[in-house]
Amino acid sequence: MERREFLIKAGQATALVVATVATGFYFHNREIAGSDKIIFKTTGFEIPPDSTLPVIALARNEDHIAALHDSLEAVGWIGRFIKPGERVTIKPNIAWDRSPEQAADTNPYLVGEMVRLCIAAGAAEVIVTDNPCNDARRTFIRSGIKEQAEKAGARVILPQTEDFIMTDLKGELLTVWPVLKYFVETDRFINMPIVKQHSLSSCTIGMKNLYGILGGRRNQLHQKIDQSIVDLAAFIRPTLTVVDATHVLMRGGPQGGSPGDVKTVHTVICSTDQVAADARGCELLGLKPEHVGHIVLAQKSGLGQLDYRRAGYKEIV
Amino acid sequence: MTIKTAQNLRRISQIVFFLIFFWLILKTNFDVNLGMSESGEITLPYPVSIALELDPLVALGILLADGTIFKGLLWSLVVLIPTIFMGRIFCGWVCPLGSLNHWISEIPSERLGRKGKGKIDSNRYKKYQRIKYYLFFFFIAAALLGSLQLGLLDPLSLMARSIGTAVLPAIHTVADGLLLWIKSWGISPLGNLAQLIYDLASPILLTFRPAHFHAILTIGLFFIAILVMNRVFTRFWCRGICPLGAMLGIFSRYAIFGLEKDDKGCDGCNLCLLHCQGADGPDINSKWRQSECVVCLNCQAICPNNSLKFKFFPRLGKTEKSPAATQKVDITRRKVAVSVAAGLAMVPLYRTGDAYKVNSNPGLIRPPGAIPEKDFLSRCIRCGQCMRVCPNNALHPTFMESGAEGIWTPIMIPRIGYCEPTCTLCGQVCPTGAITELTVKEKVGDDKTRPVRVGTAFIDRGRCLPWGMTTPCIVCEEWCPTTPKAIYLEDEVTINGRDEVVPVKRPYVDPDRCTGCGACEYACPIINQPAIYVTSIGESRSVENQIILQRKGIDPGKQKG
Repeated sequence: MERREFLIKAGQATALVVATVATGFYFHNREIAGSDKIIFKTTGFEIPPDSTLPVIALARNEDHIAALHDSLEAVGWIGRFIKPGERVTIKPNIAWDRSPEQAADTNPYLVGEMVRLCIAAGAAEVIVTDNPCNDARRTFIRSGIKEQAEKAGARVILPQTEDFIMTDLKGELLTVWPVLKYFVETDRFINMPIVKQHSLSSCTIGMKNLYGILGGRRNQLHQKIDQSIVDLAAFIRPTLTVVDATHVLMRGGPQGGSPGDVKTVHTVICSTDQVAADARGCELLGLKPEHVGHIVLAQKSGLGQLDYRRAGYKEIV
Repeated sequence: MTIKTAQNLRRISQIVFFLIFFWLILKTNFDVNLGMSESGEITLPYPVSIALELDPLVALGILLADGTIFKGLLWSLVVLIPTIFMGRIFCGWVCPLGSLNHWISEIPSERLGRKGKGKIDSNRYKKYQRIKYYLFFFFIAAALLGSLQLGLLDPLSLMARSIGTAVLPAIHTVADGLLLWIKSWGISPLGNLAQLIYDLASPILLTFRPAHFHAILTIGLFFIAILVMNRVFTRFWCRGICPLGAMLGIFSRYAIFGLEKDDKGCDGCNLCLLHCQGADGPDINSKWRQSECVVCLNCQAICPNNSLKFKFFPRLGKTEKSPAATQKVDITRRKVAVSVAAGLAMVPLYRTGDAYKVNSNPGLIRPPGAIPEKDFLSRCIRCGQCMRVCPNNALHPTFMESGAEGIWTPIMIPRIGYCEPTCTLCGQVCPTGAITELTVKEKVGDDKTRPVRVGTAFIDRGRCLPWGMTTPCIVCEEWCPTTPKAIYLEDEVTINGRDEVVPVKRPYVDPDRCTGCGACEYACPIINQPAIYVTSIGESRSVENQIILQRKGIDPGKQKG
């Protein structure tokens, strides 16, 4: 081997050794990138109370749109809740692949009308979404909500994996969970549940409907269902809760299926207090609110009034 | 029309048919914008299986196995009749797998074997090209005994299966990964651009949710192997393996269209051989073989002396330099007999195996509307359309769950996805009737008619939270979609390890109501090995695989007559 060749080879080998060692040390014990960012956000969407108006209003009318109008008017009409230019997210219950007459999902016409009212009040954008149990493509189509909400001018969003952000709910039980971003990145939040029987929480109305803002393995929440519902209700406080009790699912909930389990009540409840809304709603199922675990716990946690009559109640029948 | 024009027409035809085929697979998908009919049916807007129905091999196989040419499969005559007159134009002009093989073969390469002499030699007729005929007769014989194995190698089924369950889901994985990676750079214009491209492409190329399939590696690697072989032998698959190509080769026995050689002009330059796709002997020293030629027209187009001409009623006889062409297939009766015997012997072997009937896998849950197992195996071509269309990713290719005989046929794996009661898409896309087309009403049943059942749910009390761990949970009951619910609860008061009183509701399954849809298994919070799971027993399609002595209502299907 000639001297020149030796020097070149030795130089190359040394360079490779240096590069290898440098790489090893540079990457040694690095923190692995890519762990999810955790978002802290306030999610109080309430409006200031008005002592001249009832907190909760119930209207009964075979014309369901009229029932919505009556109850909404009693609590101060849409202009009290939506200001021009605000972004509004409406959360109906779109959990199951069921048609409207099976009463497992919120009445699509009420959702459509609510969208129309928000737009008329000057909302910059109205989003209608939910993270359903069954496949979103099926539930959004079959419930009729996609069609009615889009017809009314809403942006209907079927949640995708990347739409969830890790959020600290700061609950007793629920801490960091994936939350559908449209429910936190908005100005106003309208909860539009339907009244249904549920074999563990007795009923699912407004606060239980908030399960739909979560992603992840929420089927584990049933192990402590009352506390998890209350944690959610404490985290996200709706501007308005509009309870669809036009059709009530008395048995076989929350999914139903048989029209025989559905009772037609022609009722709509509007409330600025979600505990009061649930308390009044559960009576339609023949329950007493003081016997429903999560409603009692929510009252204890100071989230609202179980005794809705004391809170300010109006009935239009 | 000049020969160059004709050659360009062939190229356009290949691209157009390939795109149509690809588009049909893309559209075999539950689209977010689908509508619903008055009766509550959600149907696909396009007849996505028409390409598969053009397959004469499938039509013949099912005819032999089942004695019927199922519905749309009569369309396969559209392919078969022109073949009888014109030869294997389907292979050279239409077949999407043929086109893909063609294109991959033609990517220029530096390797010696593909240039000049080496390539000319590889394009001469070889004995391996007979294998496809043996396979064809093997499959036909197996079909005669009721085992439809040809879907494994039939090019259209293979293409639909590979693209639908392996290629497109892999593209989805790559796209999602790329997008995340580009966004992780933290350069927002780049991230936004990537998102924009993703948003534009995803409605066309990607499904609503990324799909994950069982045993997909076997399908993917098989497909890759087929494509890679093109780099060794031009269109290796079409020349040597394809049973549909073999069938069309046999049917071109009396073709009146073919290659006429003029030995006077030929100077033996062998350019025709260099560009030959079928290895059918276009050169002057070989005999031209009708059954191998895919009518790509390359030889005529490249011939500098105009010595080669495709024409109707060509002269195929021997000339001074050129041996006579042949329309016969290069196999002997003896070899046909051996192939048939092998096919006939294979079926009893399959069915003597324990996976068939006597020890069938409890997880062998067929899609709703699937016909009885024996008939299913005589119908299913493993095209994977049902797996691709299933919105819940419930249907998967088997590997060995139904024995070697049923490899890549569909099963439901409820842990990954359950069967939505009101969904009838798998039956809508099945091109062969292995899964019958149901209406929602038929599937769900009513007071008089039983629902379509695919199995029955069982509770593992050791793993179930209320049963084994004094912890409340009712998720299976909540998800049970039957009315009344097949899962019911009983109140119990339990005492946990810390001496606390915990009221729980313990689930039970009513086997008379359970349809085996698997929603409970899917939703069970014990995710790795669920505390409630479905096995195939109780499935509507089987007489023997039952638990309950007498069930209320009439079975679906029996009612139809």
